[in-house]
Amino acid sequence: MSVGVVLILGAGSDIGRACAHFFAAKGHTIQLAARAPDRLTADQTDLQLRYGVSVSLHAVDALETDTHADFVQALPVLPDVAISVIGLLGTHTKNLKDTASAVQILRSNFEGPATLLGALATQFEARGSGTLVGVSSVAGNRGRASNYIYGAAKAGFTAYLSGLRHRLFPSGVHVVTVLPGFVDTAMTQGMNLPPRLTAQPGQVAEAIYYAIVKKRNIIYFKPIWRVIMAIIWALPEEVFKRTRL
Amino acid sequence: MKMSGWGRYPMVETNLVSPHTEKDLRDHLAEGCIARGNGRAYGDSAVSTGTTLHMRHFNRMLRFDAQTGTLEAEAGVLLEDIIKTFLPQGWFPKVTPGTKYVTLGGMIAADVHGKNHHKSGGMSETLTWIDVMNADGSVQRLSPDDPLFAWTCGGMGLTGVILRAAIQLRRVETGYIEQRTLSAPNLQVALEMLKAAHSATYSVAWIDCLSKGAALGRALIMLGEHAKHSALHSALHSDPFALAPRRKWTMPMAAPQVLLNQYTARAFNAAYWRAGQHKTDPVLTDWDRYFYPLDAILGWNRIYGRRGFLQFQCVLPHETAEGGLQALLKATSEAGLGAFLAVLKQMGAEAGGISFPRPGLTLAIDFPRNQGSLQLMERLDQIVLAHAGRFYLAKDARLSAQTLKASDPRVTPFAQMLQNTEADNHFHSAQSKRLKL
Repeated sequence: MSVGVVLILGAGSDIGRACAHFFAAKGHTIQLAARAPDRLTADQTDLQLRYGVSVSLHAVDALETDTHADFVQALPVLPDVAISVIGLLGTHTKNLKDTASAVQILRSNFEGPATLLGALATQFEARGSGTLVGVSSVAGNRGRASNYIYGAAKAGFTAYLSGLRHRLFPSGVHVVTVLPGFVDTAMTQGMNLPPRLTAQPGQVAEAIYYAIVKKRNIIYFKPIWRVIMAIIWALPEEVFKRTRL
Repeated sequence: MKMSGWGRYPMVETNLVSPHTEKDLRDHLAEGCIARGNGRAYGDSAVSTGTTLHMRHFNRMLRFDAQTGTLEAEAGVLLEDIIKTFLPQGWFPKVTPGTKYVTLGGMIAADVHGKNHHKSGGMSETLTWIDVMNADGSVQRLSPDDPLFAWTCGGMGLTGVILRAAIQLRRVETGYIEQRTLSAPNLQVALEMLKAAHSATYSVAWIDCLSKGAALGRALIMLGEHAKHSALHSALHSDPFALAPRRKWTMPMAAPQVLLNQYTARAFNAAYWRAGQHKTDPVLTDWDRYFYPLDAILGWNRIYGRRGFLQFQCVLPHETAEGGLQALLKATSEAGLGAFLAVLKQMGAEAGGISFPRPGLTLAIDFPRNQGSLQLMERLDQIVLAHAGRFYLAKDARLSAQTLKASDPRVTPFAQMLQNTEADNHFHSAQSKRLKL
């Protein structure tokens, strides 16, 4: 990939930070966007010191969807690559009881990232180049009792990315859908995750980089999740509803 | 979960957390905790029977003054990253231990030393300030004249959580070291050679700790100087900091026990010594190969198998060093336990409240962990005590509280200070419990 500008949406997250490091190390100019960018000043300096690239900070709130078009307009330069790692897991049991939290999960994982990438898509399409990357989740592949609110939102986002890819292909804009399984981040802190199935944020960042370079459409990370989800997907509903996954 | 240090012994049941912010850290202070960097302390220094605070998210470089070479960084920054970032600008750490996979915080907590301690001092002497989170959750910036600074450097994380520090780097013209190797047929000659090489910037002796009789303590002495730009081959002049490509090997699994015994170890030691005989001419070596030869094998600690290994490191004052080293090597050699590495270095002036270095000679030997080596190390402890030496806590996994106390009059005031500040209620490792600190 030629060296260009990379925008990271949700830059305060562990995967966001890992992406910033990976792309900065490859010489890219970095735009870090987050709800509270003043919390990222240390990251900005760190990236500049380590990799000698320029790094800018931008405020964006995924849930303030009517500001998204202006946010894109206000960027100092339209990026070549935009990566959305925006997401919120919440606590499923709380989401079941509390409508407001459930709505927040649905909006943070679907509506927010979708409209943000949508706003960028319009500009990328007009320019006729660029790559949009959406980090969704294998949780969206099939709704399961243990986290279907989060899963439903991710399913929506995955479908949105698929449609976006379909729409933008003729204009030369590429869309990558990233479907991570477990990742060792703040989101999963305290969960007892099986080490062999759990990725480190840096590995996800590397996978994203090569997915862009090789123009991959959908990547699972770790790749074993493609197999796991294929099996879960293949279960007939009559069987699936009796399982405890 | 079960966790250990680099030696894979002892395994300690701990609650491992990876905080992102100071607030996250504060939430764990009541649980009884210890900070952990990259887990390169050999024993149980950085694992707690309570909560172990993995500091990997505190890994930002905060400021660099290109005039003075002062770097301000968070405690979880790796030494490797510091070198990779600043060596191309002509800066190198003033003090480095034998691996680059250590964190800044870990280097401070252990007050690490390098092959240049006799000339340049230890880690604590390269710092302008450190930020420490105390038992009450407050953060204090400590300067070198602050008493708590002296206790924190070498204090093994027991005074609080080291959050940030300002570290002074040194100017270098190239990323290369001019290395000379001398060979000594026995310990006495080795000591004379080390002493004669006092003006060398870096010096270290590798000892065949399994040789006996007249060859007891035969050694290769390796001296190093930062190479000047003019000393480099002209092909390197355009990029004097470039690293020759180096294959990384990974130890895929714990080696079976049968591979490591006194015969294989003896053969390895003998072969290494003989190979060194031919390398007497000065050679240019890049920084990575010179300072971190073992880092080329990722996970080399697995060489010692599932049961793990132990390192014994002590320092003996100059006055008693020769007799003490003779006794330590004799006991080791007679026990005939497989030991690959024995390293002897010179140490300069003491600094800090509880730091390991003191003027004299420091010896480090690796042993596979088994009943025999544990018993041998008890005997080595007694030899060290009899020669007024002391022990390096960053390597320790099995010392007794009684032995530690007998080795160092500073232990009692250190423990007293931890009590007075109530640090002992909040910060403890499996090691500090064992050593009653």
